Amino acid sequence: MTSLRPTTSSPPRADVFLVFALRALAVVASGIVLLILVFLLLESAPALEGIGLTRFFSDASWHPLSDRFNMMPMVFASLAITFGAILAAIPLGIGSALFCRYYAPPKLASLYRALLQLLAGIPSVVYGFWALVVLVPVLFPSLLAGIVILSLMILPTVALIADASLAQIPLEYSHGSAALGLGRWSMIRGVLLPSARRGLVTAILLGLARAIGETMAVLMVCGNVVQFPKSLTDPVRTLTANIALEMSYAGDLHRSALFVSGLLLMGLVVLLVAIAEGLSRGKIYA
Amino acid sequence: MPEPSSIQKSAIRKRGQVGERLATLCVWAVALLVSLVFFWILIDLFLGGVRHLSLSFLFEAPRDAGRAGGIAPILVASLEIVAVCMLVALPIGIGTAVWLAEYAGDRNRLGRLVRRSLDVLASVPSIVFGLFGSAFFCLQLGLGFSILAGGLTLACMVLPIFIRTAEEGFRAVPQAYRLGAASLGISRTSTLFRILIPSALPALSAGFVLGVGRALAETAALIFTSGYVSRMPESLLDSGRAMSVHIYDLAMNVPGGNDNAFATALVLLLLLLLINASFAWISQHHLSHGASQS
Repeated sequence: MTSLRPTTSSPPRADVFLVFALRALAVVASGIVLLILVFLLLESAPALEGIGLTRFFSDASWHPLSDRFNMMPMVFASLAITFGAILAAIPLGIGSALFCRYYAPPKLASLYRALLQLLAGIPSVVYGFWALVVLVPVLFPSLLAGIVILSLMILPTVALIADASLAQIPLEYSHGSAALGLGRWSMIRGVLLPSARRGLVTAILLGLARAIGETMAVLMVCGNVVQFPKSLTDPVRTLTANIALEMSYAGDLHRSALFVSGLLLMGLVVLLVAIAEGLSRGKIYA
Repeated sequence: MPEPSSIQKSAIRKRGQVGERLATLCVWAVALLVSLVFFWILIDLFLGGVRHLSLSFLFEAPRDAGRAGGIAPILVASLEIVAVCMLVALPIGIGTAVWLAEYAGDRNRLGRLVRRSLDVLASVPSIVFGLFGSAFFCLQLGLGFSILAGGLTLACMVLPIFIRTAEEGFRAVPQAYRLGAASLGISRTSTLFRILIPSALPALSAGFVLGVGRALAETAALIFTSGYVSRMPESLLDSGRAMSVHIYDLAMNVPGGNDNAFATALVLLLLLLLINASFAWISQHHLSHGASQS
């Protein structure tokens, strides 16, 4: 006799285990960021206690081996390079996105987009090496050389995200403005750019985040002198370059101070990304 | 109100047209400038590297601090680092992606927490991963400067990228597949391994390629985790120098190392291109195959 009674009403044991295992893996993956934060805090605690926050601003200079820990020249250099790079990358990046979306013939546009994607994947050490060989002999190791190469590196990021956000504007907008007899540029300036505003800001913020965390290219072309630059042609050292240069021999408080600068970098970048996500989560196209 | 005269009208139209022309000119100029600069970079790298590239460059050990000889041990170390990275990242990444796509809906609180922390992880600068890796894997876990420590650090870095791509892949699997499997009484476990993972394979391989690309390109996170040693690594606990670190070292610390740095950069770029191209071929083949079946 065949039984029609279901063998069991609860899920098989393997399935219960599966869900449990999957959830455990997800918790492991999301725990990494917590682990990073914990270790940064643990390692920077000796410096935060032994040196104190104020001395990172008020000490005479950055000479960690003789107990002087003023980080401000490097913070300033990081910010100066980042803002210089983004100022150059905004018009070039958004111009590139407009070219892809509204000016280029379709075939050329997809070629150009492929070029941008290729460039986004080139390792930063390769950009740095090229700049060292080609730019530095002309511009010297300087703030300017750093700004030029960094703006080239973040340009694909800004352009691709801006392009993607322009692609999401409802077609009615451009059809409507064309029906009103607007020219291409009046349409872009008056209708399309304003309605993609949030997406464009997101592109810029993510470009900023990429720029401020960038290490290798900046390390290779900026000259790495700890100072407040008086002009664009002065050599500077950024926070990221400082970590890369000094980690190999730093001990005790010095090492711990480097972790403080790492904590600062992480804080800045996470803040930028949080703002970008807050913007893009809300209604993007009003 | 008086009507604007026809002369005024044409002046207005002309001004508008001048603006239009100027804008078109500017946008094309930007695109031309950007393409020229980037072709300049690519051609420089190609010409600089191709002169010193040969088969023996790939199969010889570096001599004279890297000025002469090849990059054999460096290639081996790079591949080992990437292999460790992907071997760790794949199971954790696939598991997390499946859980996020299949079990954690948009209202699941743990799901939202996991997504947000992965977003934060994706934005951590690579030098900070280097600091973390050196403090956690090298010192706390006692791995020292080793290929294992470098690979594990990179795995943390690659995870969020891989998970994002894989999750989208699982979400794109048609709901009918799941319902069909459930109505046939197939267990969730078999559904996952026999139906969901095979259907999401193109997305999984896309995530894999993105991850390998990111891992091969990384330098800052490896300097203090897998180290500088350019000997042939004998085990995963040996220090090994990745290609990107080799380029950095030759360019900055070895006078006269530029020739071999160019050649190494070209090998690295070609490897990245090859991975991308093979992936594009596989996914196209796979996708068209799937389409012809359905």
